[in-house]
Amino acid sequence: MDFNRIKEKLNILADAAKYDVSCSSSGSNRKNKNNGLGDTGNGICHTYTEDGRCVSLLKILLTNHCIFDCAYCVTRKSNDIQRAAFKIQEVVDLTINFYRRNYIEGLFLSSGIFKSADHTMERLIAVAKKLREEENFNGYIHLKSIPGASDELMYEAGLYADRLSVNIEIPTISGLKLLAPDKKHEDFIKPMRKVKDEIIRYKEERKIIKSTAKYAPAGQSTQMIVGATGESDKDIMYSATHFYKNYKMKRVYYSGYVPISTDSRLPSLGSEVPMLRENRLYQTDWLLRFYGFGVNEILDADNPNLDMDIDPKLMWALRNLNHFPVDINKAEPRMLARIPGIGMGSVHKIISGRKYRSLNWEHLKKMGIALNRAKYFIICNSNDWERRDLDAATIKGMILQSQNGKFKNQYNNQLSLFN
Amino acid sequence: MNTSKTLVYDGSFNGFLTAVFVGFEQKLTHANIQKNSQFQSGLFADTETIFTNIDKAQRVWNGVRKKSNSAVKNIYFAFLSEQNTIEALLYHYIQKLMGGTYLGATDFSDTSVLKINQLSHKVGREKHRMEAFVRFQLTKDDVYFANIEPDFDVLPLISKHFRNRYADQQWIIYDVKRKYGIFYDLQTVEVISLDLTDIQTNSIEKSNAFTDEEYEYQDLWNNYFKSTTIKSRINTKLHVQHVPKRYWKYLSEKKEAV
Ligand code: SF4
Repeated sequence: MDFNRIKEKLNILADAAKYDVSCSSSGSNRKNKNNGLGDTGNGICHTYTEDGRCVSLLKILLTNHCIFDCAYCVTRKSNDIQRAAFKIQEVVDLTINFYRRNYIEGLFLSSGIFKSADHTMERLIAVAKKLREEENFNGYIHLKSIPGASDELMYEAGLYADRLSVNIEIPTISGLKLLAPDKKHEDFIKPMRKVKDEIIRYKEERKIIKSTAKYAPAGQSTQMIVGATGESDKDIMYSATHFYKNYKMKRVYYSGYVPISTDSRLPSLGSEVPMLRENRLYQTDWLLRFYGFGVNEILDADNPNLDMDIDPKLMWALRNLNHFPVDINKAEPRMLARIPGIGMGSVHKIISGRKYRSLNWEHLKKMGIALNRAKYFIICNSNDWERRDLDAATIKGMILQSQNGKFKNQYNNQLSLFN
Repeated sequence: MNTSKTLVYDGSFNGFLTAVFVGFEQKLTHANIQKNSQFQSGLFADTETIFTNIDKAQRVWNGVRKKSNSAVKNIYFAFLSEQNTIEALLYHYIQKLMGGTYLGATDFSDTSVLKINQLSHKVGREKHRMEAFVRFQLTKDDVYFANIEPDFDVLPLISKHFRNRYADQQWIIYDVKRKYGIFYDLQTVEVISLDLTDIQTNSIEKSNAFTDEEYEYQDLWNNYFKSTTIKSRINTKLHVQHVPKRYWKYLSEKKEAV
């Protein structure tokens, strides 16, 4: 192997792949077969980039040659950059050698579209197939579904990959028309639908015949760019909800737009990456998936955007003060989960803790609950609670004041979710 | 009656459980259980040397298992923390568990329960970190070799993970601090001790124990690590929080930073 040449290619093709924020390697439990190489489990972050993101997969493009010209993408045809392409065997060797040294959980392979969608998809599949069949590799493989790829290829891809994803990138159809005129909305949807159908079909078959092979056991995911087309938070979260529901997405990722172009349709170079907004969207996503919230409770026509000062749960609570205060010792779990400052972990602690004794402030503090936020919304076994009839703006003001300093660095904390 | 005694054991987990057995047999309210390597005889202390007995150890362990599954894990993990006086704390904890006054992991009225949970949690975190941060280097005799220097004695906890994952390659993970390692020879995992004169950290100097390609792959990995960073999002604080500096010297992607 010519290591210098490989190094050049790796630099180019890893650099181009880094804007895909997904790095999950969990959700699949492929076991090590016949004393071969690798397995998958909860997914391990083997290191973290200097911007604080988990590195668990070798994330590269097969090539950054592309026949399309999507304005938001560094790989676009009209961009004057160095181009490179890996050979199939080179990707296989890199993956195996990184894996054996415990650098990674597996491979995340994407690609620019060269020649045609099908031609590109075929090459991605060839890498995965080689890894599984020739190297007896049971680690994690995430393949990008190329928009417009045929059903037959999407079927084959799922036989080797743990996860498949198509990035929708632009949350609104009008935005897509503006920024990616070569691509049709339908091209994204088609492979997504095929994968969804196959996942369902395989699940059904597995119920009857246990030995049915796996089809994309870690499901599919997608990504949306945030802040490139002036879309609202409502646009983003409603379309995320649509994908969770109708395409059985495992995850939707939100990626703050990193300016890479002087194109006048896009935010100019040097404009700030909307990281706080991205964080708020992830928080909302969690509320929808794990906390029992409906998207219309958080965002609607009157409130199309999230509050940047406070997290979305607090925002909801302040708009719905009639549900509070909640009695910690009596309330149902679903209501506990709606109290600002109380995360799912704390909900479980409260439920098991209150079996033994009636909980007071001291207990709640020991459980690690953020009382500076929660105290306005709860009562517990104590005569000491917030009796003043405060309005939403006052509570918000007081909470912000108590957080000052501690949360000033919010902008830097990529994913500090509420606890 | 309030009785107390010093029990000296060999440092192994089974030795510790045997000591617990002996303590219970003698109805000791407090057992000052100490490793023989650290033992200093007190002036007036009543001392007994414990000989590890697998049967006795098993009986204690089965008793614990019947009471609580989470306690099984907590006790073992906390034991591996090697904290000072951890044995006495665990003795108290097992006493409570057996006496039926244990209320589960959420019983924060008892500081020993809280402390053991915290320690177990810390050891668990270290286990995960080691599963992530081990960096194998390929030796000329075809063994993937890694050094680690964990805060706690986690080798027994990570062995299974590596055995399951790297079933088709020989590997050694060596704990430099505790001077022992585990070696997988394609059949089983064995405990070994090596005479390592020069410890293979990721130093810039190359060792000729490793293949030439080894350094090429480290270099590629280094490059990869660099090119995945998005410059406009750099966040050093978060980075160091995830990858604490004390682990850097064994991480090849941190070669230049050390
Ligand atoms: S098709 Fe994909 S790789 Fe090509 S320009 Fe569009 S987004 Fe970029």
